[in-house]
Amino acid sequence: MTNSTGKNGERTRRVLDEARGVRAMVWIIAIMLFLTVLGAALGLATRNAAGALETQLVGRATVQIMAADPARREAEVGRAVATLQKLPAVRSAALVDRDELAALLRPWLGDDGADPELPIPAMIDLELADDTAAALARVRASLQSTAPSARIDAHEAWMAPVAGFLNLVVSIAAVLVLLLAGATAAVVMLAARAGLDAHRQTIEVMHMLGSTDLQVARLFQRRIARDAAIGAAIGSLAAIGMLLLVSGEAAGLGSQLLGGATLGMSGWAVLAMLPIAFVLLAALAARFAITRALERVL
Amino acid sequence: MQAEVEAVARIVRWRMWGFEWEGTSGAAMANIVQFENVGLRYGDGPETLSDISFALAAGSFYFLSGASGAGKTSLLRLLYLAQRPSRGIIRLFGEDAVTMPRARLPGFRRRIGVVFQDFRLVPHLSAADNVALPLRIAGMPEADIAEPVSEMLAWVGLTERAGAKPETLSGGEQQRVAIARAVIGRPEMLVADEPTGNVDPEMAERLLLLFDSLNRLGTTVVVATHDLHLMHRVPSAQMMRLVKGRLHDPTGTLRHPPARELA
Ligand SMILES: Nc1ncnc2c1ncn2[C@@H]1O[C@H](COP(=O)(O)OP(=O)(O)OP(=O)(O)O)[C@@H](O)[C@H]1O
Ligand SMILES: [Mg+2]
Repeated sequence: MTNSTGKNGERTRRVLDEARGVRAMVWIIAIMLFLTVLGAALGLATRNAAGALETQLVGRATVQIMAADPARREAEVGRAVATLQKLPAVRSAALVDRDELAALLRPWLGDDGADPELPIPAMIDLELADDTAAALARVRASLQSTAPSARIDAHEAWMAPVAGFLNLVVSIAAVLVLLLAGATAAVVMLAARAGLDAHRQTIEVMHMLGSTDLQVARLFQRRIARDAAIGAAIGSLAAIGMLLLVSGEAAGLGSQLLGGATLGMSGWAVLAMLPIAFVLLAALAARFAITRALERVL
Repeated sequence: MQAEVEAVARIVRWRMWGFEWEGTSGAAMANIVQFENVGLRYGDGPETLSDISFALAAGSFYFLSGASGAGKTSLLRLLYLAQRPSRGIIRLFGEDAVTMPRARLPGFRRRIGVVFQDFRLVPHLSAADNVALPLRIAGMPEADIAEPVSEMLAWVGLTERAGAKPETLSGGEQQRVAIARAVIGRPEMLVADEPTGNVDPEMAERLLLLFDSLNRLGTTVVVATHDLHLMHRVPSAQMMRLVKGRLHDPTGTLRHPPARELA
């Protein structure tokens, strides 16, 4: 069938009434894409944030020496560092500088934080070669004898609920995108069937003149794909505009927490692929609905 | 008459299929259509057509007559593959048309030109685009379409109305567009259902001349009509008469057409 190409295809396409077609589908697809792009952006940004959190926290732990008496604390710190550095599960153990700690605490404690008499626990930063619970238990056990006031916290453990929450958000976003894709396919199939109904007599004539189902399907599929493409462009551009605005605002806040929640190049690339994927989906759904319907007529 | 035939031959010289179909009308194709005990029932009503048996000799001209409601349109619908029979055997171009898979129907339909009783023009297309439709569906290059379309429209006297949409055409004009569309692809078989019902006698005669010319070029023609006067204009034509859904064939000539020399 050469009428899929060039001018012949152009002419045959006019078989369907172009003017009357209600362009509701353009707007429905636009809304779908708007929501899909936002949902996907949320998911991707959250996943990136979770990833950033993980690279920051995985394999890291903090040992706090709680002893209130400065002398005893010093002694325990010395012994703890020595013990820790000998353990195979510990890659490095570094005492957090007291001035650094005071600086970190200044917002809460004011200049009092610098008072050497203040019983601030000493902190040892650990980089772990093995961060399994068993390994941590062994580290804890070895510290028990040398530094009885030591308390060890794996950062991961503190952040586990946060990471769980972030993963939940990612899953919700993924489900959202899938649901929107399903709804889009359903809308397209409804629109295709309505189109077939509206043009039933024309289709009958086309069949009687020897049109194949494929030729008839193409007429509708092209229209639907075009409508979907227009809608997808509108919806995703609006969503991307909004995302740029939001990320600008977020950058303005200079927040560390939000810092990890960026899309990155790959994220933007995925968002850019979404409208294309949805137009393809629409074309496939249209073809499916149409060929199914046409198979029922002679 | 010869001049007429040559003019029509020139218009329809463009082939829709890549082969000279006249070549296939050998012994096997002596009968282009064969019906055996065909019955047609719409829903669970009574049989609209019963025990229809006949054969159409390739290259012949047939008139189908019968009272309104006798089943002419129903019979023609079986002929142009718009409907499958409820019983019986139909062979078309030498193949079983009853059990033919759907996918093969378009190929067969392209070999049949149809003038529908109710025209069935595509409402959004101009007269010219309606006439061009069979050629476009058959995938003819766009460059080859304009000329036969305008010559065909000239033949049916609609050159000035080429760009008009069907709804702005009179009944007779629509009918002429429908006829032009049916013959432009030079079909192997032309099936026309009351093709002259809406035109004046002069135009009716001109259209009949078109059918006759096409017939002389080898197309098998079946025309359903009430118009006795028209039937007498084609002396070589054979008559088929439907009476209440049954084919009137007292001598059995329709069932067994006499062997016919093909040009
Ligand atoms: N789609 C259909 N469903 C049910 N009955 C039908 C259908 N089409 C035709 N009939 C019935 O079949 C019978 C024959 O109809 P048909 O249209 O074949 O007659 P006809 O000979 O073409 O008549 P006319 O000269 O008026 O065109 C009629 O009684 C009609 O009511
Ligand atoms: Mg009729």
